[in-house]
Amino acid sequence: MSELIKNSAAVLAAKLAAGEVSAVEVTQAHLDRIADVDGDVNAFLHVNTEEALAVAAGVDKSRAAGEQLHALAGVPIAVKDLIVTVGQPTTAGSKILEGWHSPYDATVVKKLRAARMPILGKTNLDEFAMGSSTEHSAFGPTRNPWDLDRIPGGSGGGSAAAVAAFEAPLALGTDTGGSIRQPGAVTGTVGVKPTYGGVSRYGAIAMASSLDQIGPVSRSVLDSALLHEVIGGHDPFDSTSLPDPVGSLVEAAKRGDVKGLRIGVVKELGGEGYQPGVQARFAEALELLRGAGAEIVEVSCPNFEHALGAYYLIMPSEASSNLAKFDGVRYGLRVLPEDGPMTIERVMGATRAAGFGDEVKRRIILGTYALSAGYYDAYYGSAQKVRTLIQRDFDAAFAQADVLISPTAPTTAFKLGEKLDDPLAMYLNDVATIPANMAGVPGLSLPGGLAEEDGLPVGVQLLAPAREDARLYRVGAVLESLLEEKWGGPLLAQAPVLGGSR
Amino acid sequence: MSDQILSFDEAMEKYDPVLGFEVHVELNTRTKMFSSAPNVFGDEPNTNVNEVDLGLPGVLPVVNKTAVESSIKIGLALGCKIADKSHFARKNYFYPDTPKNFQTSQYDEPIAYDGSIDIELEDGTVFTVAIERAHMEEDAGKLTHMGGATGRIQGAEFSLVDYNRAGVPLVEIVTKPIEGAGRRAPELAKAYVAAIREIVKNLGVSDARMERGNVRCDANVSLRPHGQERFGIRSETKNVNSLRAVEHAVRYEIQRHAAVLDSGEPVVQETRHWHEDTRSTTAGRPKSDADDYRYFPEPDLVPVVASREWVEELRAQLPEPPAERRKRLKEAWGYSDLEFRDVVNAGVLDEIEETIAAGTTAAVARKWWMGEIARRAKLAEVDPADLGVSPQTIVDLNRLIESGKINDKLAREVLDGVLAGEGTPAEVVDKRGLAVVSDDGALLEAIDAALAAQPDVADKIRGGKVQAIGAIVGGVMKATKGQADAGRVRELILERLGV
Repeated sequence: MSELIKNSAAVLAAKLAAGEVSAVEVTQAHLDRIADVDGDVNAFLHVNTEEALAVAAGVDKSRAAGEQLHALAGVPIAVKDLIVTVGQPTTAGSKILEGWHSPYDATVVKKLRAARMPILGKTNLDEFAMGSSTEHSAFGPTRNPWDLDRIPGGSGGGSAAAVAAFEAPLALGTDTGGSIRQPGAVTGTVGVKPTYGGVSRYGAIAMASSLDQIGPVSRSVLDSALLHEVIGGHDPFDSTSLPDPVGSLVEAAKRGDVKGLRIGVVKELGGEGYQPGVQARFAEALELLRGAGAEIVEVSCPNFEHALGAYYLIMPSEASSNLAKFDGVRYGLRVLPEDGPMTIERVMGATRAAGFGDEVKRRIILGTYALSAGYYDAYYGSAQKVRTLIQRDFDAAFAQADVLISPTAPTTAFKLGEKLDDPLAMYLNDVATIPANMAGVPGLSLPGGLAEEDGLPVGVQLLAPAREDARLYRVGAVLESLLEEKWGGPLLAQAPVLGGSR
Repeated sequence: MSDQILSFDEAMEKYDPVLGFEVHVELNTRTKMFSSAPNVFGDEPNTNVNEVDLGLPGVLPVVNKTAVESSIKIGLALGCKIADKSHFARKNYFYPDTPKNFQTSQYDEPIAYDGSIDIELEDGTVFTVAIERAHMEEDAGKLTHMGGATGRIQGAEFSLVDYNRAGVPLVEIVTKPIEGAGRRAPELAKAYVAAIREIVKNLGVSDARMERGNVRCDANVSLRPHGQERFGIRSETKNVNSLRAVEHAVRYEIQRHAAVLDSGEPVVQETRHWHEDTRSTTAGRPKSDADDYRYFPEPDLVPVVASREWVEELRAQLPEPPAERRKRLKEAWGYSDLEFRDVVNAGVLDEIEETIAAGTTAAVARKWWMGEIARRAKLAEVDPADLGVSPQTIVDLNRLIESGKINDKLAREVLDGVLAGEGTPAEVVDKRGLAVVSDDGALLEAIDAALAAQPDVADKIRGGKVQAIGAIVGGVMKATKGQADAGRVRELILERLGV
């Protein structure tokens, strides 16, 4: 195993800029690591060897020619397979899109290409990003590098596991109810859900349009900031994209200062239902921040209690409509009915019956029902009202605190299969991450340490007001350095060794 | 099986019709409603499409600002209020002409609402039609069902889909129920759609060609017994695509409803298909007000904001309304009421205006458009405007006549040549050798021959009976195959006879 893969993106960028290593060497080291460990982890659905090496070679050539390059040029990245890419298949983790190639690139992918970051491949996910364990992928589950019998979180388990297993220094994820942050928590990595509209959604296959957001996955707060600056900013192809420039996130991460900052502990996101080790690590994090000069205050967001219920009406409603296009008529899987008349309705029905997995069907049915005449007001309508109340709770909380803090998930990684037959238990894993999506505010999860009862990673979540993503990096970087000082290095250094060198 | 119908008069004796229209207007924006693909009619199937129009995974819509501008103009021209903020919604239903399996449309918050327009019937009677709303949406693709006998999806072996039309911007104009038209309902239906077509054409926001589906009408008809307040159950005849068909379809549905009501059966709430060949409708799909499209606000789009300043700026840009324009033109041209109404009903107002602008008088323009061109249009069963006669052709023809180079009879032949693509009138005259014989020598030869052939007539003329000259003129015209200027011939005859 090349020691290169242990480097953060920031360090790799510096080594590349200094000519200590070539982009081809860096990319090849990660491709080798994927070959070595991904049979166990199953983080990747597709490995993009040739193109990644070609892009890396191009970067080396340009650098040799003295061209001005982006800071992350030559730093490789993995992309969640919900985001469309030219030249590689995009499956969304579903049989219904197996083998489909997009004729266009997502805006974020265009930005990666513009920065000349080699794309290592596409990472596994719960089908159409629906799930909290990556077990709902049609192509088999991804395994947690900390314990291969455990889930890596979801839906973006592939991106988080790839970064945790040193298969990639950076990855892109998408977060609708916690799909970047919860996998980050259970794999001991960093994940950020930007402010809604901060990163273009063009080319991210929609689950719930009003909640979805693309964001960075990394092993350090600074690395997420570096990637966030690459992918953020206004996109004329996304009407919900904010007009604001992305802002100085890297600078915020480097500044790392919490003196006099008010940090609000959300009363409703903790206590009962939260594993003891999660609570213990969270309490330690608060103490460290207090020690660094932050003022810890308690805030109450009483309507967060209803967030999960409202989320499970809005998300499936939008998903039921967003997924209607997968019907076998224009692209992807087409299944003909085995007998009976060959009508368009029956072909669509047979295709969707065969192409979608149980969790996707469950949400389509739920959403279709919630939007139906006679139920709309009671379900979708009420859920939108709850959403407004959650936004007001955030407004009130942010009047008292500059950032909010909570555990990212109530538990550490559970065993594969443990919650597969209990959707409600699975849904509860997102209880702390969902409010941010409902209000469009940004959230960051970073490693908080290991729970003593199971030795597995715990996540700490920071939340900031909309458009104040920089605060997350500022506070996150401080907490990260205090924790790493305590641990004597990054948390992932304590992870079990994987692969041939195990 | 064809439906029973009552005669129109009988239906009118017993029942009072209530109408309602949904007119879809395709906007002529350069690109589509939510994508940058070209909005062009008649191209190779599936060439004017991009990833957004095909509903590929990951795509997002972006509202076409020009389409919003056009929609506001339509709203203003219909006397509507313009919403400060309007929203798009998704109308969810599975059908392969709709790539996303939902149509992005405006639902409970349309861009324009609460308007009205005055509709003038042929005899000058004016009806005011209240407009409920005008909203923006996207068109669907076009399906062609192959292998079946009827061209319908039922019984087809397979269907082809062309997504060129998918995403073309539409404005749907919805009326409030129209009561009190009585027996003039079919006529009002036609006049209403004609007025909408005229308005959008005048605004320049649509090509407004019904035969291309730029303007499509869904006509709702219901009947109620005279004196009843409550509306009857309605049928909705879909996609009636010519003015004549709108009139006929409404008339037919009135007659059909009357027969159903007379039989004691309830009218079925359903869509109907109009058939031009049999001039009748057949049942489509049942339609209830509870059709569940699971509308919800389109989360991929932000509200359409129409600031007061923008709306007022657009209002100031509106062209003269057609009704006001008609009043102005009638005065300027000096036509009688009857003449002007005929011109309007023939649909050649623009043509006459353009012809006058090209350099002739109002009388001459009318003579051509209401005379020779109208006659030809009737024979060809097309609108005079669609015959392909340009204003310049008429001006050229008229100049040729006034200069004496051709006469009226020859002018018709010249027009044949122009329409056959043989060139300008002057070129046709040259190519076909149609000029009036103006060589006095040749004419005198023919005159001498004619006088010699009818010496008795020549004597009469010499004796002062000048009115007998017609026989000689006729002889000369015959000899010159009509290519002589009759006036000049007459002069020469009198000269020759020394009268």
